[in-house]
Amino acid sequence: MDIYHQTLAELCVGLEKGDFTSVELTQSLLDRVAVEDKRLNSFITITATEALAAAASADEARANGNTGALNGLPIVHKDIFCTKGVKTTCGSKMLDNFISPYSATVVKKIANAGAVVLGKCNMDEFAMGSSNETSFFGPVRNPWNLECTPGGSSGGSAASVAARLVPAATGTDTGGSIRQPAALTGTVGLKPTYGRVSRYGMIAFASSLDQAGMITRSVEDAARMLGVMAGFDKRDSTSINQAVPDYLASIGKSIKGLRIGIARQHFDEGLDERTRTKVKDAISVLESMGATTIEIDLPNINLSVPTYYVVAPAECSSNLSRFDGVRFGYRAENAEDLLDLYCRSRGEGFGDEVKRRIMTGAYVLSAGYYDAYYIKAQQVRQLIADDFKEAFFNVDLIVGPTTPSPAFKLGDKVDDPIQMYLNDIYTVGANLAGLPAMSIPCGFVNDMPVGLHLVGPHFGEEVLLRCGHQYQQETDWHMACPEAFK
Amino acid sequence: MSLNKNQAQHIAMLARLKLSDDEYAESVEKLSKIIDFVDQLSAVDTTDIIPMAHPLAAAQRLRPDDVTEVDNRDHYQQNANEVVDGLYLVPKVLE
Amino acid sequence: MRADWEVVIGLEIHVQLATKSKIFSGSPTAYGADPNTQANLVDLGYPGVLPVLNKEVVRMAILFGLAVNATVARRSVFARKNYFYPDLPKGYQISQLELPIVESGEIHITGGDGIEKRIGITRAHLEEDAGKSIHEGFNASSGIDLNRAGTPLLEIVSEPDLRSAKDATTYMKKIHSIVHYLEISDGNMQEGSFRCDANVSVRPLGQKELGTRTELKNLNSFRYIEKAINIEVERQIDLIEDGRKVVQETRLYDSDKDETRSMRSKEEANDYRYFPDPDLLPVEISDEYIEIVRATMPELPDAKQARFIAEYELKSDDAAILTASRFLATFYEDIVKATDATAQVAANWVIGDLGGALNRDGLDIGDSKISSDELAGLLDKIHDNTISGKIAKQVFEAIWDGEGSADDIIESKGLKQITDGSAIELVVDKIVASNPTQVAEYKAGKDKLIGFFVGRVMQETKGQANPIQVNQILKDKLK
Repeated sequence: MDIYHQTLAELCVGLEKGDFTSVELTQSLLDRVAVEDKRLNSFITITATEALAAAASADEARANGNTGALNGLPIVHKDIFCTKGVKTTCGSKMLDNFISPYSATVVKKIANAGAVVLGKCNMDEFAMGSSNETSFFGPVRNPWNLECTPGGSSGGSAASVAARLVPAATGTDTGGSIRQPAALTGTVGLKPTYGRVSRYGMIAFASSLDQAGMITRSVEDAARMLGVMAGFDKRDSTSINQAVPDYLASIGKSIKGLRIGIARQHFDEGLDERTRTKVKDAISVLESMGATTIEIDLPNINLSVPTYYVVAPAECSSNLSRFDGVRFGYRAENAEDLLDLYCRSRGEGFGDEVKRRIMTGAYVLSAGYYDAYYIKAQQVRQLIADDFKEAFFNVDLIVGPTTPSPAFKLGDKVDDPIQMYLNDIYTVGANLAGLPAMSIPCGFVNDMPVGLHLVGPHFGEEVLLRCGHQYQQETDWHMACPEAFK
Repeated sequence: MSLNKNQAQHIAMLARLKLSDDEYAESVEKLSKIIDFVDQLSAVDTTDIIPMAHPLAAAQRLRPDDVTEVDNRDHYQQNANEVVDGLYLVPKVLE
Repeated sequence: MRADWEVVIGLEIHVQLATKSKIFSGSPTAYGADPNTQANLVDLGYPGVLPVLNKEVVRMAILFGLAVNATVARRSVFARKNYFYPDLPKGYQISQLELPIVESGEIHITGGDGIEKRIGITRAHLEEDAGKSIHEGFNASSGIDLNRAGTPLLEIVSEPDLRSAKDATTYMKKIHSIVHYLEISDGNMQEGSFRCDANVSVRPLGQKELGTRTELKNLNSFRYIEKAINIEVERQIDLIEDGRKVVQETRLYDSDKDETRSMRSKEEANDYRYFPDPDLLPVEISDEYIEIVRATMPELPDAKQARFIAEYELKSDDAAILTASRFLATFYEDIVKATDATAQVAANWVIGDLGGALNRDGLDIGDSKISSDELAGLLDKIHDNTISGKIAKQVFEAIWDGEGSADDIIESKGLKQITDGSAIELVVDKIVASNPTQVAEYKAGKDKLIGFFVGRVMQETKGQANPIQVNQILKDKLK
């Protein structure tokens, strides 16, 4: 099997056995990226020199017997994670020249585990988008059909993993930005519990919703990555000080007796008929493996998209105020005065979708509208969280579709923000409630992948990973490789 | 149309965003759609529901009062466009 | 003040808390460092950074709350105040709006009219300070120094209970003294550690509803506050009497021109779009922690003043002066403990001679050139008749000028008091003999002349004769 088809787990064995070195592996993937990414545009920055140096150190460390969990293994970071000495753009013209003077906690943890970082992945600008079309660096293409979107905002991460350019990528998920692209590219995408992974150094979109996670090809690899990324960080006030379980150790257990919740609302009329069939098939597989299904009710879940589109813009409008052209980032030339410097630096530095969300946020927080929109949304958010809480009294996890339909064509929904936003209908609930959630491949519709969505209770990553891994022992959807990238 | 151009201009000023006339036209249209869309929340009965600001019910952790940062000015200022004598420059601030 | 108008003032005092590190970052807070050398990633608002709250800031706020008899919130929330300004790197200030850490406190002051009154403290909340803009020296630009950005502030908001500029300064001095006593701020007004905005309005005497107020910004000395408020009050009354209206606005006091003027009128009304900061969780304070903080509460100015009156039998005015600063009060008490002189004598010396010398040289009590031990020793020399009170003043000045210890100075200048009766008698005889006219008048009943004789004897002995002995011997000789 060609080296680029291998998962982290397989590569780890190869490195261990000495079949190849990390330098050889890294060079071969860098070569592949250089050729194949021309079709995808999944990378913004390739850090070949740094990667080969890291690979050499990893080989040396292995020779000396000290190997971290990701020693010598190649990964990529979504370009939202600040990386010391490396351009960190967040997909925006605003940060096109921004060299981060520090590294995000996630970046440090992954480096400390011995990983080799090949570069920084393309993404929707400031993670605002569901199709990767808002990126200043151009859209990413879906390896399964180059005319389609890979989803977003972690579209570069998902496309590069799906196309076998790299076995694993970091991502971030504010309303579905890991899980939706994972579903549309046939990869595994996990968004951990809010507070499980540090947000320090991850450029903020909506602070109460953002969470870092990963995109991989197997659930087992997701477990490996999570073990490295998770953990308390004293630099993040919202980081939770709770022990990190050995995720790899628990995925092997059977799912016999697992109680799976099926919410009627996840199968309403908005769902594409053939996607519904694939999801139902997957649920049957889980039942055949000994899980039991229980009908649950999430009465307010259909309000999650409008709720999200108040809360997230409100937070983003404030989070993005720091981009004013003074200390870092794009600065408009020949400003007439201070106001002109601000308005033009921001007007020229941000793209349309980002500006639209900032304006939505400023509007819902402004005098006279705060109670009607912001407070109201925070109340509905509580209702949605309560629904999940209630459901988890009776079930161990909730299973449904990740997206209403498979990947759509690039350009199809650009002009209709609401249609674009409704892509997140099944995913945003987990962000609003802070729950861990994962998408895994469960079949194809018209040769395009379909994602199965699993949501767990707070800090229930183990049950998600176990269920997903066991499913992947029974099925091989996750093994499929896009024809054009075989 | 739930938003007019004046409101859009007011919001853009609050957010310090300069938009072209074309951008305003598009903003008014798309923002109106978004606001109409989120307006469905107004129909929800939220009597006595406490607004949820955080996904986890935790309390703020407190940091010991220790100086942990050292001067790194020159490094940090490499990303700034205009710096003189260690100061960031902006067009004159009028009091 | 014009008799038919009532002045209504509320103060917002910004106190920089004396922590080592900033409120949300580990950067140092020292004053006067080179520009931006104390501004690190969090203070600069770099993309991706996050705030973590300093524990000491919370302790200090609780201590203040307890000192002004306020409610300490068991749960308080940080919010973002959104606006663009170059000294505000994130485009928002982290502050507290709806749930401040301290609410509903009070202090008592003796008002401008001499009557004691209660001044309500609406709230005290925590927030981060902004940086500074430097306008001179960059042509068409301003320079931005963010060293101060993120320095912890406690903003103390009073009720509109103050009725004159004098009330306002008295209240502010009292708050200044409290934060100093609590050691939560250095209170240095020149360096901006203690700043004040005043909300000022006027209304015809007897009118219930408040007049339109203006906000006077950044009043950075007690003197300016009083002047600025008085000028603003005059301006408002003039306006109303002319049939015009007071405009609600922010005004800046210009000490050079001694006037207040409107700050740039903003095209848009302020809309700060406050909302809870999602990067910070609610601050929860337990009853146990409040009790731990309470146990460290020092004796406060009012209590100390009452104790000085009771324990040392001081006059109320003297006690007030001695307790105005915690350091002065300690200095005084150290003297009282060490000396055999009475507490009132010690008070007279500390307020009169020491206070005069400090004032003359423009020094704080902390910079006194005489220590409490030295002053106590000097008072003992008076008490045991080694020197007279008058000579002691010479010795005090000599110690102040660094000429040595009291003993050395008395010895080297030969200032020791003459207590030898026969030596005094010789001088008395000489004075009596050389002033026959006065002797005759005294003997004829003009008792007041005793002062004349005492004066002459003291003059002759260069003040060194023991005045009590001189008196006695004179009376005997003149019988």
